[in-house]
Amino acid sequence: MTINFESDKPIYIQVAEEIENGVLSGAFAEETQVPSTTEISVSYKINPATVLKGMNILVEEKVLYKKRGVGMFVASGAAEQIRQKRKENFFDHFILDLIDEAEKLKLNKTELMQLIEQGYSHRS
Amino acid sequence: MNGIEIVQLTKEYKDIRALDGVNLTIQPGKIYGLLGRNGAGKSTLLHMIANRIFPTSGEIRLDGESVFENDRVQGRIYCISEMNCYDADDKVYKIWNWVQNCYPGFSMEYANQLAGKFELNTKKKPRQLSTGYNTIFKIVTALATDADYILLDEPILGLDANHRELFYKELLANYAERPKTIIISTHIIEEIADLLEQVVIIKEGKVLLDLPIEEVRKMGYSVTGKKSEVEQYCSGRTLLGEEELGGMKTAYIQGEPGEIPAGLEAAALDLQKLFIRLTNS
Repeated sequence: MTINFESDKPIYIQVAEEIENGVLSGAFAEETQVPSTTEISVSYKINPATVLKGMNILVEEKVLYKKRGVGMFVASGAAEQIRQKRKENFFDHFILDLIDEAEKLKLNKTELMQLIEQGYSHRS
Repeated sequence: MNGIEIVQLTKEYKDIRALDGVNLTIQPGKIYGLLGRNGAGKSTLLHMIANRIFPTSGEIRLDGESVFENDRVQGRIYCISEMNCYDADDKVYKIWNWVQNCYPGFSMEYANQLAGKFELNTKKKPRQLSTGYNTIFKIVTALATDADYILLDEPILGLDANHRELFYKELLANYAERPKTIIISTHIIEEIADLLEQVVIIKEGKVLLDLPIEEVRKMGYSVTGKKSEVEQYCSGRTLLGEEELGGMKTAYIQGEPGEIPAGLEAAALDLQKLFIRLTNS
């Protein structure tokens, strides 16, 4: 888990996103307990109220659920749910930004498509 | 009324007014950042809450009771600052024995545990300690008192990066174990920003801002781009400051960014940047 203190994103959003990343990577498996507010607070030197605010976003989205007196757990189906949500954001946050940046660099559509192809072949 | 209520607090020295009619409520159970430039009145305020100096006029109450010359209320407050409130020729562990008399919640076991982590030699006298270790001695004492209100005036003075990090972690662990009100006053804003829940900025003896940390980023933003375009964007907006570099310009603007025109880059102002913009004279 990494928190980028220079980022434009509020810290509590970053906390929520990092827990989501942990769920996506399998580090926080479904139906297992995630670190407590205190553990995250101390380890990242963040006010516990800020950490809790981030966790509560995930409780509202039903990615996490509370077990009274025990702590927060990853809901079953959470990984798939996060993937769906991120796919919806993918267009707005990556594709449109990518096209904006390409226009700044005066890359046309064909050139951009070629670069994407190149990116795929580079990986395989 | 719970917490510390500061009402119309004024402190005048011979020819300066250090605090000028301050009204402020410190809510219980939160970690506060008390920020201000040198001479803004931070230490004066903390010293008055701790009954070390008296106001010229005004009142400070804790849970409704005046804090002045009130031992019962002062027993719930512990303040550290540059001022030394003990005999610098006594050994650290002996001073702790003395502190334990005034603060029954003081835990010798926890104090020794922290001393071990910071490698503070408790058989030494404060006079023999370096600046950094004097600070460590004070912060360990403050955390171990378990007072309801802990006031920390420049608690990282002379601490190296490793000790600062250890301090932040131990402070949060202590706070999680038993929530209390902690007021941190420092110039090292960037490092402590994320520890805070509430921020108070004072300027020239007056409260300039009192906000939850989440609200701070709504106070201002910066816009960078070609000089002419930035200037066009700025018209009709409240400027907090500006910087130029060649044909590029960065403007610091009050409020939240809406739609930003193409060609301009907007960025959030973190606490330190906002502080500089708000307190520049």
